[in-house]
Amino acid sequence: MSQHLLTLPILLPMLGALVLLLSSRASDQTHRRMSLIFTALLVLASLLLLRQAAGGELVFYALGNWQAPFGIVLMLDRLSAMMVALTAVLAMGCVIFACAGDDVQGSNFHGIFQLQLMGLNGAFLTGDIFNLFVFFEITLLASYALLMHGGGKERVGAGLHYVILNLAGSALFLIALGVLYGATGTLNMADMGRRVASMSGDQAALVTAGALLLIVVFSLKAALLPLYFWLPRTYASAPAPVAALFAIMTKLGLYAILRVHSLIFVDSAAEPAILGWLWWSGLATILLAAIGVLAARDLRPLVAYLVLISIGTLLAATALGTTDATTALLYYLPHTTLICGALFLIAELIGQQRGKAGTRLVRARRLHQRYLLGGLFLTAAVGVVGLPPMAGSLAKLLLMQATEGGARVWLWPLLLLAGLCTLIAMSRAGSVFFWASYKGEVTAGKVSRLQLTGVAWLLASAPVLVVFAGPISQYTHAAAEQLAQPQTVIQQLLGEAGPNDLVQSAPILHDEAQGGTL
Amino acid sequence: MEALFSLVVGVLTASGIYLLLRGRTFPVIVGLALLGYAVNLFLFSTGGLNTHAAAVVGESLTPTDPLPQALVLTAIVIGFAMTAFVVILAIRARGDLGSDHVDGQQGEEGDAPR
Repeated sequence: MSQHLLTLPILLPMLGALVLLLSSRASDQTHRRMSLIFTALLVLASLLLLRQAAGGELVFYALGNWQAPFGIVLMLDRLSAMMVALTAVLAMGCVIFACAGDDVQGSNFHGIFQLQLMGLNGAFLTGDIFNLFVFFEITLLASYALLMHGGGKERVGAGLHYVILNLAGSALFLIALGVLYGATGTLNMADMGRRVASMSGDQAALVTAGALLLIVVFSLKAALLPLYFWLPRTYASAPAPVAALFAIMTKLGLYAILRVHSLIFVDSAAEPAILGWLWWSGLATILLAAIGVLAARDLRPLVAYLVLISIGTLLAATALGTTDATTALLYYLPHTTLICGALFLIAELIGQQRGKAGTRLVRARRLHQRYLLGGLFLTAAVGVVGLPPMAGSLAKLLLMQATEGGARVWLWPLLLLAGLCTLIAMSRAGSVFFWASYKGEVTAGKVSRLQLTGVAWLLASAPVLVVFAGPISQYTHAAAEQLAQPQTVIQQLLGEAGPNDLVQSAPILHDEAQGGTL
Repeated sequence: MEALFSLVVGVLTASGIYLLLRGRTFPVIVGLALLGYAVNLFLFSTGGLNTHAAAVVGESLTPTDPLPQALVLTAIVIGFAMTAFVVILAIRARGDLGSDHVDGQQGEEGDAPR
């Protein structure tokens, strides 16, 4: 059983999606119960995997028992276990929140939600780059449907942009894969890394081109500077539980960058170009997103820009490339994902009680439960700004400590400036929502218990991340060290075969004698 | 053969990107479809271009690489489904936004009356 555990994060949501989509006649209550059960099982499975990975063991699963590098392998290391667990925890909060009524605004919410989880988990666990593309597509397909759940002008308009951009991105993804396959003759990431390392001349130039194309695609998913303009509108118009889950979609792009960089392109000819591009775009993303946070006139786009700040920070940290920086960014990642998710949910709660004004930053009627909502908002705001005692402050300290030399001149001021802008914007939003209100009747209903549980589940992560900061940062440090040693993965997966025999057996069949006779 | 093949892929990609940058949803979708064809052809060629090479082991002394064909098949299926989806989405957007323009602008020829 234990060796099949690795497939559970993909199989469970798939089964869940099938059951939920096929039983569309069952009552809403049944759907909710089933969705909650499947997500809870997923949390359980992901925690088991996390425990397995924490020991430092690399686990491989050859699908259909086709051995690598010919078949598709699933791969579990500390990083992927962490991402799967993070997805499951975030999804649990979103599902609980959605059960309060967001799920019945359209059809099949829970089934499509499970499909999206399957795509995310598959992308985190796969060790094959074409399989990564397939799981990316599953995630995207489900996200298109979820984004337009409930319909409405705003969502359809934003959805059209999102779909077209991502389709163009998928085309680029395939071109990059084609170039890489043509140059290396393999699709297994570990195998590809081994062949790229021993490459020179024309082939190396091709690999560099393919690598940079791949980084462009992942930057589009992660929403890095020239490619982020789709994000604020899309995230702002999505239904709250979906927007909260989308907080991990950008991290999927980040994960893919981390993975292909550490496993395939590290020390290759492409590396300086990749790191340079990530560093400057990451910094520029932080700056522009900080301006966006100040300029936003509605809480939802404001939170979307906060997601962008965190993405800029994470990618700039990736570009530093040191183990310490990776440790810091992996510690920052769960915190920022869960807090941003919680903020999207809180924005929905606030909007519900403000009548027509919604989440716009204007004077409106008084909130019905202003102490409860104010408390939640304050907790989340302190977390997202990165003030002590929340995990955000620890993560930023770790990151600033990991920055060395000339990089400090750029990263420190920008990081602190972004923190200040967030502080200003969140205080302004908070004062408008909770203090600048008309006196008079409050009519809107109360926050339901399920919604509160969902938000509390996500917010509870902040104290947990602080209290267990020691073990968690040790874990992320170990994960960063594991990432820095792709040799271990290659040796364990592919055995001891030298790189030279494999390059010769690459199935590239350029037959010059037969070419030219069309 | 290589020159002709790359020319075809190049022209298809260029046309696809040109149409993708247009302002109305219909040319954009046609652009996406062309880009999809270009990508499929490109993927097909990544194993190397061969003539008289069977894909089945044992049928020919110089078998062609079977993997790109499997990749193309996957890409075609995904591309086909996505084109169908985006067509429906564009029709829905025209109905909801009252305009065929990707930014939802109104007042041009062919737009639905307000």
